[in-house]
Amino acid sequence: MAEARSNALSVCNVVKVFGSGPGAVTALNDVSVNIEANEFFTLLGPSGCGKTTLLRLTAGFEQPTGGEIFLFGEEIENLPPHHRPVNTVFQHYALFPHMTVTENIGFGLKMLKWNASDIQARVSETLALVKMEAFATRKPAQMSGGQQQRIALARALAPRPKVLLLDEPLSALDLKLRQAMRQELKTLQRETGITFIFVTHDQEEALTMSDRIAVMSEGQIQQIGAPLDIYERPLNRFVADFIGDTNFITARIAAISGSKATCTAGGGLSFSTPMVGEHSKGDTVTLALRPEKIKLKAATARAKGSATIANATYLGTDTTYEIALTRDVMVTARDQNIAAGMGRFNAGDRVSLEFAAGSARMLTD
Amino acid sequence: MKRQRKGFVLGHYPGMNLWTALFFVYLYAPMLVLVVYAFNDSDRAQIWRGFSTRWFYKAFANDSIQDAAINSLIIAVCATVVATTLATLAALAMARTGEFKGRSATLGLISLPLVVPEIATAVATLSFFAVIGFQLGLLSIIVAHTVFCIPFAFLPIRARLEGMNDTLEQAAGDLYANEWQTFRHITLPLLMPGIVAGAMLSFIISIDDFIITLMVSGAGATTLPLYIYGMIRQGITPEVNVISTVMLGISIVFISAYWFMTKGDDHTTTH
Ligand SMILES: Nc1ncnc2c1ncn2[C@@H]1O[C@H](COP(=O)(O)OP(=O)(O)OP(=O)(O)O)[C@@H](O)[C@H]1O
Ligand SMILES: [Mg+2]
Repeated sequence: MAEARSNALSVCNVVKVFGSGPGAVTALNDVSVNIEANEFFTLLGPSGCGKTTLLRLTAGFEQPTGGEIFLFGEEIENLPPHHRPVNTVFQHYALFPHMTVTENIGFGLKMLKWNASDIQARVSETLALVKMEAFATRKPAQMSGGQQQRIALARALAPRPKVLLLDEPLSALDLKLRQAMRQELKTLQRETGITFIFVTHDQEEALTMSDRIAVMSEGQIQQIGAPLDIYERPLNRFVADFIGDTNFITARIAAISGSKATCTAGGGLSFSTPMVGEHSKGDTVTLALRPEKIKLKAATARAKGSATIANATYLGTDTTYEIALTRDVMVTARDQNIAAGMGRFNAGDRVSLEFAAGSARMLTD
Repeated sequence: MKRQRKGFVLGHYPGMNLWTALFFVYLYAPMLVLVVYAFNDSDRAQIWRGFSTRWFYKAFANDSIQDAAINSLIIAVCATVVATTLATLAALAMARTGEFKGRSATLGLISLPLVVPEIATAVATLSFFAVIGFQLGLLSIIVAHTVFCIPFAFLPIRARLEGMNDTLEQAAGDLYANEWQTFRHITLPLLMPGIVAGAMLSFIISIDDFIITLMVSGAGATTLPLYIYGMIRQGITPEVNVISTVMLGISIVFISAYWFMTKGDDHTTTH
């Protein structure tokens, strides 16, 4: 467990089963993850994949069915919540309705037996941190969702936790406020140096805020990596599909040289991709290709390797084109609307496709 | 809520308003008479002689009435405190232990006394006291009242607890509060409206009780309802009207307070 000690949080082979017998639900199925100190770490995944469960195990509201959890090297899975130096920002804030903002933020400090003047100073400091000084005497019911969210954040930050857990804290806010809060949360994390474990099912949120992301599905971690890794180098079909839009192209390995492979697909396409998994020449594999990596060029009807645009959808900043490579192979390409007006092409136009080497990724499944 | 025009709506049929009015007259006319005659100047309760508050002074100065009132108060306060405490503990135990076998049976058992005929409870209580050799008197009344007040106190407390989710308690635990501190700072204050409502309900039920009290009261432990009954047997006097009016007033105050307490429930529980 030497590795476990150098991390802020180490989750080792954790299993969580709710209920028993035929109705049992496996919420986490052998999850292992190491989160470094000072990291902004995001758990990303669809509804029901076990994100909240992992957070609740860390906070101590649930006990794991199996596995171990270490917090800065200390085994914690048997400690009650009030003995863990971890604070939570709850999804619906869970502010105490009968207490003022000041009392809410001071609650943790009071329980830690800080003296009154220290509590007062820390509450003011935290209120300033979330820019809510003017609301000190309000009750939660007298504030908007966004304001309550800031107070919930302040309350969790006040005791200076070693790790802050945030369960979809932005999901109840409107789009503009959510975007503003993303930036603020990120700044706050950098300034305080606290390890943030952030839960979301919003991929954009995850990509813009995180140092690293763990993509989860059905109680398992599919891939862990920096936003760039996750987006540019998805390991499997689930990750490629969940984050952004992707063309899945069935291709055949035509040649292998070292760690690179050349794959060919219908419509005369040829890709050079890094090798993934155990494959040999002639195998059929799935490639992922992001729509925006495809460069379109006008082509004459007879040009070799050209294809027909089946459909054009104007999206404001971009236009997406569905392109028929062969009768049953379609790809989607995304083209930025640089010139004024609609996209560059119309349905029925012939185009040729270009992409940089390495823009297609071979998937493990 | 908008009422649909179509369909069978009883209120739209002619004559329904009259029936409703008659119903309310039937319900409240006796009480109105009671209150009006409490201010009667006459020595005989049934003959109106003009307005006066002299019977109030007379009733309040009556030593026996004072004694009965004090007994009633002592009993109601003791029974309320004990019953509400026990009901709170029971409601917490039921809500916080999650699903267990016999949960609905337990709930049913707690609420059963609400529908058992009071005379049966009264006889049973008396026999029980006789069997265990419990001396009848103020204490026996308090014990009996405590028992039948528990279900009344339990219901509003439980309703309040049902509406509270446990996220707030988890948030307290997350902020370093141990179980006792969580109860003291979070659960109890949030539960308070339910507890107060339960206590008020217990109080009026106890103040008002006649049948059980009659059975288990020994000599010298007379409560207001018992005293009123004793007086009526010698004919209805204006004094009886006065005491009844005062008790009616107290009940109305408590019931209104109870109503306001429980009405606010939707607004105060958060999610
Ligand atoms: N207390 C519980 N009892 C039974 N099953 C539960 C319990 N809590 C969670 N589950 C189940 O465990 C699985 C994971 O739930 P979890 O709340 O962790 O999902 P999530 O990833 O947070 O989803 P969401 O994005 O919708 O919040 C779900 O299938 C859920 O039904
Ligand atoms: Mg969740």
